Amino acid sequence: MRIGFFVTCLVDAVRPRIGFASIQLLEAAGCTVEVPAAQTCCGQPGFNSGDRASGTRLAQVFLEQFESFDAVVAPSGSCVAMIRDYPGLFADQPALAERLQRLVSRTHELLDFLTHHAPQPLPAGALPLRATYHDSCSGLRNLGIKHQPRQLLATCDGVDLCEMRDAEICCGFGGSFSVKLGEIATRMADNKCNHALATQPDAILGGDLGCLLNIEGRLRRRGDQRTQVLHVAEVLAAGQLAASGELPAPGQFVGMPVTTKD
Amino acid sequence: MDATSHSFKRNVHARLGDEALQANLRRFGGGFADRRRDAVGRVDDFEALRDRASEIRAEVLTHLDHWLLAFEAEATRRGTAVHWAETGAEANQILLGIARAAGVQRVIKSKSMVSEESGLNAVLGAAGIEVTETDLGEYILQLADEPPSHIIAPAIHKSRDEVSALFAEHHGTPLTRDIPALCEEARQHLRPRFLQADMGVSGGNFLIAETGSVAIVTNEGNGRMVTTLPRVHVAITGIEKVLPTLDDLSAILRVLPRSATGQDITNYVSVLTGTRDAGADDGPEQNHVILVDNGRSRLLGGALHDALRCIRCGACMNHCPVYQNIGGHAYGWVYPGPIGAILTPAFLGLEKALDLPQASTLCAACEVVCPVRIPLPELMRTLREQEMEQGLRPWHERLSIRLWRWLALHPALYAVATRWGIRVLRWLAGKDGQVHRLPGLDGWTEGRDMPAPQGSTFRDQWRTQLAAREAQGKARAAATPVAMAAAGAARSKAP
Ligand code: SF4
Repeated sequence: MRIGFFVTCLVDAVRPRIGFASIQLLEAAGCTVEVPAAQTCCGQPGFNSGDRASGTRLAQVFLEQFESFDAVVAPSGSCVAMIRDYPGLFADQPALAERLQRLVSRTHELLDFLTHHAPQPLPAGALPLRATYHDSCSGLRNLGIKHQPRQLLATCDGVDLCEMRDAEICCGFGGSFSVKLGEIATRMADNKCNHALATQPDAILGGDLGCLLNIEGRLRRRGDQRTQVLHVAEVLAAGQLAASGELPAPGQFVGMPVTTKD
Repeated sequence: MDATSHSFKRNVHARLGDEALQANLRRFGGGFADRRRDAVGRVDDFEALRDRASEIRAEVLTHLDHWLLAFEAEATRRGTAVHWAETGAEANQILLGIARAAGVQRVIKSKSMVSEESGLNAVLGAAGIEVTETDLGEYILQLADEPPSHIIAPAIHKSRDEVSALFAEHHGTPLTRDIPALCEEARQHLRPRFLQADMGVSGGNFLIAETGSVAIVTNEGNGRMVTTLPRVHVAITGIEKVLPTLDDLSAILRVLPRSATGQDITNYVSVLTGTRDAGADDGPEQNHVILVDNGRSRLLGGALHDALRCIRCGACMNHCPVYQNIGGHAYGWVYPGPIGAILTPAFLGLEKALDLPQASTLCAACEVVCPVRIPLPELMRTLREQEMEQGLRPWHERLSIRLWRWLALHPALYAVATRWGIRVLRWLAGKDGQVHRLPGLDGWTEGRDMPAPQGSTFRDQWRTQLAAREAQGKARAAATPVAMAAAGAARSKAP
């Protein structure tokens, strides 16, 4: 299965590790992965700020870049949700909308793809990590991503997933919201941190980098330098490597802490 | 009602810093949301009920003129006087006219959000007519001289201690923390007002075209007394509230209380038709309905049309994380929460509520619970588009979005810009790998650090790696060191 990998603008710029982890997982699940070079962004930052052209113009770029692939995968629920909205933006151009529809219906969020659409399941991983998972809004409510990360993490031996209270409540990121109404965003991130930390995790996990940066930014500002904030793909990829013996002993790699509490 | 929606950010700042309010908001927290979830779980197929309710509301709005005229004809035939008001002020004048003609001195009211829109109480007060709110929450707020902060639980922002202090001040009674005692106290004070009033003013949850009736959904029973005890009853409601038949009402009632308070049915559902029958000993001698437009007809057929489906259940605010943190008053007008973020700009004018459509993360928690499936996030985004198109956003915001879009459409330049952005962020970051202050993005860095990028862009690293993979012909083995190196670099920045 030939996959076009849509890395997303945030992962590309801020945390490339998530991109590499994703590719590692996709290959482990039997895919051939390519990264179209001229991709930039799904258009969401502009589109949700009221600039419709950001959506329509970038939809066409997406079509050009990815139409030739068997499937498209991105490590972000909110970008995939944006992409799934593309056809609706071309109500007046049915032929284009139709082409887009065919493409977006084979465009998947990474964790959903690995769970339901990949040629083969991921081999079991191993990683000692106490973690809690935040359900990012777009993935959860627009794409139905709820069991997928939990199912995948369960295949990783040693990952101890403790559910936090209000896991489904927004962390306050919301793209431009996090800057325009930063005071509310900060309070929402604070609530999220409180609920997450109550589970005493080594790492707070999520599937959308925007949310992860928001949560990590608040944690660090509160003075917490210990709790990691990671994309599920990073954990799964590390677990795969550890299980296959390609890494030094747990505790010394990929920035993952060992569980220090008993 | 005077709006403060234009100073939303200031309102928010004050509310977030108000410890008493924050404690009250936290105390109630997800109470309604939990109850809704339980209530929805008790029915077989709530989603099908939502579908039905949405269809009914959508159908009415497509032929609103027809159903309104049908309602008017039937209501008139049964002895109800129907009045049409284009604005809130006009509605107030009509009501004042009815009161004067009937020699009314004292008015009792049950909850009506439309009368909050029009500022009715102040107008009646200025005309020398005594008004008493009889919904417990509204009564509390009348004593406190505050507007409602929620459409179904208007005094939800007040703690029992605050209510107790208010009652002590106004009733001259001792403080108590006992809620039943507080209710009893209110009841004792309201009873004589019920008996003395010569006009009752109610809202109207729905208008039934088939029977010319006004339907009222309440829990306290005050609505029933307001509409039947005084000799004159006036219902004041929005023109969008009409439903074709009683069957439709019953379909809507399956979703309204469950969505609102998590009740299977409210304590009272009153369907009021016409005046007192000859020989009967209760019911009003005069029955009036004032149908208020106040900006609603402008929305018909337009981009915000679907917002008119709203049945005012409050579920969207009960599930909104923004509302839950700032409370209803911050929104600055009658309707708070997601639906308020749409109705306030729609009714008052976008320029009077610029921040409201932005006051959402578009998390869609509202959309998935709205019993009539209003696409609330989509409507907020539509308003954002209108702000953009009408030049209502600050120039630097408009400019930066256009610039960003232009770059995103030019991948080579975008790559260069990203490389520079990364460099700047990494330069600004402290030893801990966090940017503590980012000029231009203070909205973020005032309360949060900005995690710095890990290194060069993914695509730059991927290109290097691809070359290496090809050189070695060992695809997967090559993936590891780069990922590891990037990870290691990020890790080593942390203390
Ligand atoms: S928008 Fe929907 S959820 Fe909100 S009050 Fe109206 S009907 Fe209820």
